[in-house]
Amino acid sequence: MTDEDLKDETGGEDEEDLILADLPDDELVEQMHDDLYDGLKEEIVEATQILLDRGWSAEKVLNEALVEGMRIVGVDFRDGILFVPEVLLAANAMKGGMVLLRPLLAETGVKPIGKMVIGTVKGDIHDIGKNLVAMMMEGAGFEVVDIGINNDVDAYFAALEEHKPDILGMSALLTTTMPYMKVVIDEMVKQGIRDDYIVLVGGAPLNEEFGQAVGADGYCRDAAQAAEMGPQLLRERREAIGA
Amino acid sequence: MHKPVLVIACGALAREIIGLKRSYGWGLLRLKCLDAKLYNRPGEIPQRVRDAIRESRPEYDQIFVAYADCGTGGGLDRVLQEEGVERLPGAHCYQLFAGERRFSRLSAAAPGTFYLTDFLARHFERLVIEPLGLDEHPELRDAYFGNYTRLVYLSQTLDAGLVAAAEAAADRLALAFEHVHCGFGELESELAERFSGWDDDQEDLRLLA
Repeated sequence: MTDEDLKDETGGEDEEDLILADLPDDELVEQMHDDLYDGLKEEIVEATQILLDRGWSAEKVLNEALVEGMRIVGVDFRDGILFVPEVLLAANAMKGGMVLLRPLLAETGVKPIGKMVIGTVKGDIHDIGKNLVAMMMEGAGFEVVDIGINNDVDAYFAALEEHKPDILGMSALLTTTMPYMKVVIDEMVKQGIRDDYIVLVGGAPLNEEFGQAVGADGYCRDAAQAAEMGPQLLRERREAIGA
Repeated sequence: MHKPVLVIACGALAREIIGLKRSYGWGLLRLKCLDAKLYNRPGEIPQRVRDAIRESRPEYDQIFVAYADCGTGGGLDRVLQEEGVERLPGAHCYQLFAGERRFSRLSAAAPGTFYLTDFLARHFERLVIEPLGLDEHPELRDAYFGNYTRLVYLSQTLDAGLVAAAEAAADRLALAFEHVHCGFGELESELAERFSGWDDDQEDLRLLA
């Protein structure tokens, strides 16, 4: 009995399992974008390993497969095609790939392009957005220090002092907690350290106007935008001071 | 003589507003509800409310919006200011029902508190579990609720079935359960301030919630 006979006998051609290892590099990367979109963690882990085995650098896998895949997810989230559950599943899949890549990236000794401290503000325990930003910033080449949830001024200041980041990221989901961003920024001004950092803010109820009103350098409406804005503002800042 | 007043409300408040209307005899109150599922897409609320106001203008001289800020980050207030329409006070319906002080106390005691109202207890599956994808992907529970410690049911009515539903919801999310009976809170007082006395001929059967 041939394969064709089998297909006839079963009433048609079943979708064959895709063998990732059989795909050429360009198709495999494209497939990884699809798999990230569909939140398929196991497939992402497998494909990441395949690319590494083929001699791809961890940085190349990260940028071309994972970050680009998440960028597509971010665009469709922004456009209302994907919703939070799908983005979380995609992020979870990317995390699977990052487990393989992170130690390799550290080994290469490539310096991060910058450092970010990020956390949700006092009274706010909603960290989905903050976690996505942290992941995308890591993907964009930043060292990210995640100080978690419910941070007061002292917690932010302690983290700034200890880690000396380029960027401070503050996140809030609640209209009742987002004003605390201004409390932190005002205190930075008072202490004379405001200009030492790029301050990015984000969260569902925020907008551009709010970001300006609290004195932030930028408002990021989603994680993908944060990963674009962070490096851009850092570049501009370094150019301005001739660093 | 008073003319009918249109209340454009979140669908999550429909049952409560109709109940209050009947109890108080607010015959001039007309109700138009927007989809309660906007609860999960607050960014759409301001425009949807604006559309509803403009559609209704030819018919009603007076319009009131039964929404709080509801996660619009001031977006709803900007629309209402432009349209010259007032809304319910507060940040969201939890605060509306519990009252500002009590809600502040609850939030301060445990920032990781997930709140249910009667409406959300009744439609927990459709408005919480399904939109968050937890029906198909229960593994996302920690991503959403990992920082939560308890579920507080802010009830409007004393209904044993709803208490049981709220408790089951807490179990499902692996959160501690508390029940705080609030009644209709500021929803009742705000609407009563606007509508009471307009139908004096009707019997006053205030809800004793």
